[in-house]
Parts: sequence; C-alpha cells; structure tokens
Amino acid sequence: MSAASSDLLTLVAGIFGVLILASAVGYVLQQRLSPNGSNAAIENLNARIKAWWIMVVLIGLAFVAGRIGVLVLFGFCSFAALREFVTLINTRRADHWALAAAFFIVVPVQYYLLWAEQYGIFSIFIPVYAFLLMPIISVLRGDTERFLIRIAEVQWALMICVFCASHVPALLTLNIPDYDGRNVLLIAFLVIVVQLSDVLQYVWGKLFGRTKIAPKLSPSKTVEGFVGGVISATLIGAALWWITPFTPVQAGLLAFIITLMGFFGGLVMSAIKRDRGVKDWGNLIEGHGGLIDRLDSVVFSAPIFFHIVRYWWSL
Amino acid sequence: MKGFITRAVAAAIVVFARAVTAVRAIWPEEGLPSRPCIYFANHSSHGDFVLVWTVLPPRLRHHARPVAGAEYWLKSRLNRFIGRDVFNAVLIARERDKRTEDPVEQMASAIDAGSSLILFPEGTRNQSDARLLPFKSGIFHLVAARPDIDLVPVWINNLNRVMPKGEIVPIPLICTVTFGSALRLAPDEAKDAFLERMQTALLALSPKPAGSGE
Repeated sequence: MSAASSDLLTLVAGIFGVLILASAVGYVLQQRLSPNGSNAAIENLNARIKAWWIMVVLIGLAFVAGRIGVLVLFGFCSFAALREFVTLINTRRADHWALAAAFFIVVPVQYYLLWAEQYGIFSIFIPVYAFLLMPIISVLRGDTERFLIRIAEVQWALMICVFCASHVPALLTLNIPDYDGRNVLLIAFLVIVVQLSDVLQYVWGKLFGRTKIAPKLSPSKTVEGFVGGVISATLIGAALWWITPFTPVQAGLLAFIITLMGFFGGLVMSAIKRDRGVKDWGNLIEGHGGLIDRLDSVVFSAPIFFHIVRYWWSL
Repeated sequence: MKGFITRAVAAAIVVFARAVTAVRAIWPEEGLPSRPCIYFANHSSHGDFVLVWTVLPPRLRHHARPVAGAEYWLKSRLNRFIGRDVFNAVLIARERDKRTEDPVEQMASAIDAGSSLILFPEGTRNQSDARLLPFKSGIFHLVAARPDIDLVPVWINNLNRVMPKGEIVPIPLICTVTFGSALRLAPDEAKDAFLERMQTALLALSPKPAGSGE
C-alpha cells in the first residue's frame, strides 16, 4: 500500500470517527430535547449530520475512483451550483444561447482542460474567452434591456461556480517535489479545513455566541463563533501537516488564510442571497440548503490556496 | 410491449425533467386529495404538464391525465406518441368548428372513469407580461357538471425561463411546483365569481418575482 493511500485511510477513519461521534451526540440531543421532532434546531442539526455522511461518502468514492472521479464530482458540483446561481440572476430570452453555452460548453471544457492538464488555457478560458465570447452571443439577438447587468451576472456566475470551484480539483495537476501521487490529500486538506471551520464556527456560535458580527448579512454569525472557529480550524489544519507537503507552521498559516477566505466568501454569498430575497440557494442538500450554501467558503478559498501552493511549492 | 415502451419513455422523461430543473414540489399542509381531482395550473411552456406529472407521487400520477390541445398533440407521430400513449392526454379540439366532441363532456367522462385532470384554464401558453391570463370558462362548465370535484391550484415557477417559446435547448434552472389547498364550487356560485376566485387562489401561490425581474 502506498503512503498516499494509507494516509487517506487514516484520514477517512478519523472523519468517520468524528461523524459517528456527531451522530451519537445528535441522537442523544434528539432523545432528550426533541423526542417528537418539535425542536427545529435539533432536527436541522441531525439533517445536517445525515447530509454530511452522504457528502463524505461521495467524496470518498470520488477519491477511490481517482482523477476521473474527482473531476466528475466537481464537474457535477459546478453544474448544480451554476444552475442554482443562474436561477437567481437577471436573464432574458436573448441570453438563451449564451446560457446554453455556459452550461453545456464552458463547464465540460473547463474540466476537460484539467483532465488534459492544460494549465495555461485552463487558467484563462473563463476569464478571457468566456468573458469576451458570452456577451457576443447575447448581443447578437439585439436586446439591450439591462444588457450590462445581464452579461455581468452571467460572468460572475461562471467565475464563482465554474472557474473558482474548478481550482479544487486543479490541485491534482500540481507537480510538488517529494509529493508524487499524494495530491489528492491536498484536496482533502483544503476541504476538511474549510468545512470544519464552518462547522466549528456554527458550534462555537451556538455555545458561546453573543455578539453578532454582521447582523445585516448573516444574523446567525457571531464574533465568538468566528474567533473560536477560525482558531480551532487553524489548529486542526496545523495538526494535519502530515498529509501535506508543508511544515506544521506552514500548514497552520495556510489553514488560517483559507478559513478567513472561507468566512468572508460566506459573507459575500449571503449578501447576494439577501439582495435576491432568498434564504438558501436551493434545496439540494437536506438541512444545509443548496449546494452553493455548502460550497461558498470552499469556492472562495480554493483559488487562493491553489496559487499559494503553486507559487511556493510546485515546480 | 407498447405498455413497456410507454412506461420506459415516461420514466426517461421524469429523469430528464428532474436533471434539468431539479424540480421541487411544495405541498399544502393537509396533503393532496386522494380522490380524483382537477389540478389547474398556470401555463407558459409545453413542458408544464410534464413537470406537474413528474412531481406527483406515483400513486396519483398514474391516474392523472393532462388536458391538451388536439391540434398540437396530434400534429406528428412523435407528438401523438408522447401525448396520447405516454401521457394518456385528454385531447380536446381548440377550434370550435373542428370539434366532433364536446370538450366538457370529454373531461367529465375522464373524471367519471376515475382519472384526475391536469388543466390549464388560461387555454393557451402565456407569452405576455401578465402573470396570468384570464381563465376560459371551460373549467366552470366542467365543475358545474361535476360539482363534487376538488380543484387543486398548482403554480409552476420558472419553467418558462428553462425553455422559452421557440427554443430547442433547455437551460438548466431550478423550478418549483406549488400545490394549494383543494377548493370546490360554492352552491349557486356564478361563473365570473368562480373564475375570479380560482384565479386569485392560483396567483396566491406564485412567489414574488425573483431573478427574472421581467
């Protein structure tokens, strides 16, 4: 067994341990406080834990299937996220072909470029080609009503849901000395740290939260939750240094950066939801809301994490 | 054999509709009537009845027959196969002078045979900026003939953006189908009052416009 797969096994065992503990706590809380399902907070907690099991198993299966599995999983995530995003933006009939191109050409091409390991074109395909070609497709229909808003929103949707999200599997393409065949663990590091940071902010907030940190954007986020969550997720990131090419201090520093990006990314995406008058992006994940509700912090931290690692660690 | 093919095609259409629209149904608190009833919905796309049909629980779906224009659904062999064989639509002639059967009688006899109906009382696809076109009177005459039947308002949201008129490629967008509480014809209720009440009940299910901003 290679070092990568034994590390991965240890990691999966650890995650299963955490989930079993969470499920046990959720069960006890339900028995004590919500035996007939009357306590909404606890029912939601248990729905979230159940959804976590499904997400962990899906990501685990993708890792087992290798590069193609990871690309297909994140390709699907981009598709579903884009569907949630475009549902909420201004579109008119004149955008029909541009939108069809976004879903059926841009998404597959972006992930194909990762498969083909064409980093140069991968990194500019959406910011340059899609950016210039999509408005051209829209303008051909001659509808100028709210034109700038329409093309800007579609580009934003593509940047967030496809370009940024695709930087998670892009970690597989990095060539890091003495880290051969272990890149999938970088994805695990990023996803675990960001998601644990979200969970820990929620837990710290529920336990000790007093002071709202952004009442206009996200009434459930508190200063106590933010500080506790970021510190504990940073420490966990440092403790996970053995699955990364980093030293413990470097791992902690990177974890700190990605949790901060994740937190502020969550605020940005909340602001968009408020602007559009919705509570959740969708209903794909029971208890969590839409896929973007779960993915927002990963999407904001992935490109930064990718470029830091690429600049300082890869060849 | 034909039964098998139509069932397979129906299943494929359900899977496709869900893959494109991730459609979600919102039910009334008391659930749907278990007896045959009339689902009446807003109409903006050829896919409307497919979406209602997709979200209905299989038990109810098998008895639900869309009411559709014969001109369109008998136009080609494919349309005929989908409309008549797969969805078992009650096909009514739109143009008065081409009618050989009375549409109200056709619908009433489908109900008598134990089917539910999926009905679009606007009569045609709504291409206007208004949220709802005025209802045609057919639904009133049908209910006057079968006054015990439950009427369930159904609001289909967003499907017109998935596939606007004249486009062939659907855009994946999230759709919702909201079912309201069952209504009945009140004793001695006049036609206009009844239609008005049904339109209000249906509009009450529509979310405030988000996104499309049209």
